[in-house]
Amino acid sequence: MPDRATAFLGAFLLSAAPAFAGDALENLVRQDCGSCHGITLKGGLGRPITVQALADWDAETVAQVVLNGMPGTAMPGWAGVISEVEARAIAEGLKKGTFQ
Amino acid sequence: MKALLAALSLALAILATPVVAEPELRGTGDLGVIIERASGSALIVETTGHSKLARVEGLGDVSHASVVFSRDERFAYVFGRDGGLSKVDLLEQKIVKRIVQAGNAIGGAISDDGTLVAVSNYEPGGVRVFDAATLEMVADIPAAFGDDGALSKTIGLVDLPGRAFAFSLWDAGETWIADFSGGNDPQITRIRDIGANPYDALVTGNGRHYIAGLFGEGGLAHVDLWAAEPKATRILPGYRKADPALPVYKMPHLEGWAEADRVFVLPAIGRHEVLLLDAATFVPAGSIPVHGQPVFAMARPDGRQVWVNFAPPHNDTVQVIDIPSRTIVATLKPGPAVLHMEFAPRGHEVWLSVRDADEVQMWNTRTLRKVATLPALKPSGIFFTARAHRTGL
Repeated sequence: MPDRATAFLGAFLLSAAPAFAGDALENLVRQDCGSCHGITLKGGLGRPITVQALADWDAETVAQVVLNGMPGTAMPGWAGVISEVEARAIAEGLKKGTFQ
Repeated sequence: MKALLAALSLALAILATPVVAEPELRGTGDLGVIIERASGSALIVETTGHSKLARVEGLGDVSHASVVFSRDERFAYVFGRDGGLSKVDLLEQKIVKRIVQAGNAIGGAISDDGTLVAVSNYEPGGVRVFDAATLEMVADIPAAFGDDGALSKTIGLVDLPGRAFAFSLWDAGETWIADFSGGNDPQITRIRDIGANPYDALVTGNGRHYIAGLFGEGGLAHVDLWAAEPKATRILPGYRKADPALPVYKMPHLEGWAEADRVFVLPAIGRHEVLLLDAATFVPAGSIPVHGQPVFAMARPDGRQVWVNFAPPHNDTVQVIDIPSRTIVATLKPGPAVLHMEFAPRGHEVWLSVRDADEVQMWNTRTLRKVATLPALKPSGIFFTARAHRTGL
């Protein structure tokens, strides 16, 4: 049912305020990113995404991976669930260690 | 004054006596463990009265924890994400032994005779096996593959009849059987080329069929463990390739299969459907559209219903499928982030962990109504002691 995913994405594009910010964003990262990357972000089936592990990645690239996924791996693109603003906030937070 | 004080302290001593009395005797058959994934703790619960008996803390990172039980249903073995293996006494309500056996782990299993506990590790890739009584390591099985000896992450670890375990290699696309029937130096059988990136696996309750989901290509690998020389055959090969646009927001879990009206029901990967397989031939027997990407498709123990929960962003919902009619009979909204479902041993109730509501809910599986709730901190896995007597759980 891709139409449902599209509708969901549409709903987000239409809404001005980000759905995930502050504690909700932290919860999303720790809990839902954490299902593959670990709640401490030290890795699981997905690679570690701690400050140290992302040292060689700039925030913009991280945001793009969050939105579009990483081909050839299990990392999905989250563009159907979160906005670009939220992806950037996640990327910057990961680089700063906000969620650790 | 002295006399008064003496009398008072005597009275206090008498009053205090019942507090230090022997604990009430009780069985463990209706107990369970609920993982609190963010706080390194677990609740010990009793399922008859829907109540919490105790919170056990100090379990480490339990963000993807699972639990198996000793044969006497007194001890729970908790497998943490951080490689922690904790043995919890359900009656004393405390950790009696805890080790950190690896850097990153994904689950475990206990042998049919109850003597061995095995853990599936990502780092270092492989399986380690421990004495269930002491947690001393009995065997280390590095999942080395290829020419350079690289280690694979291991997944889908299950117990098999005859003091054996099976698991699969995420990076290598292999299934290994570790047979401890001859002692603590296991005989390893390697089944190669099962398919790309197995992400989880299960064994049917009779210990015969090992099924691994293949993330890399969709479809599943099936190994008939009763065959003289077990080999992997593909089920639904390449079904995901036809629809590569759908990202997978959460890896499905394959545990929870039960034969229901001659079919097995399993979560599709990426797609909004559950798949049916003929239980005798493993030939595809259709699919049922559902509300989102399924994570668990758990059969009620009698096999008449299958309950399905979903990946984000649909994880506030649970759907109930009536298997004889192949129809969805209920779409429930328990609350934000329903992570896990555990049926009472004979299926009269199901417990749901609703992570972001910080509660566990108990639903009657016939009326499809909520009958009770219990507060819990970011609850995830729910495990009842009856699992002690089931193969593959």
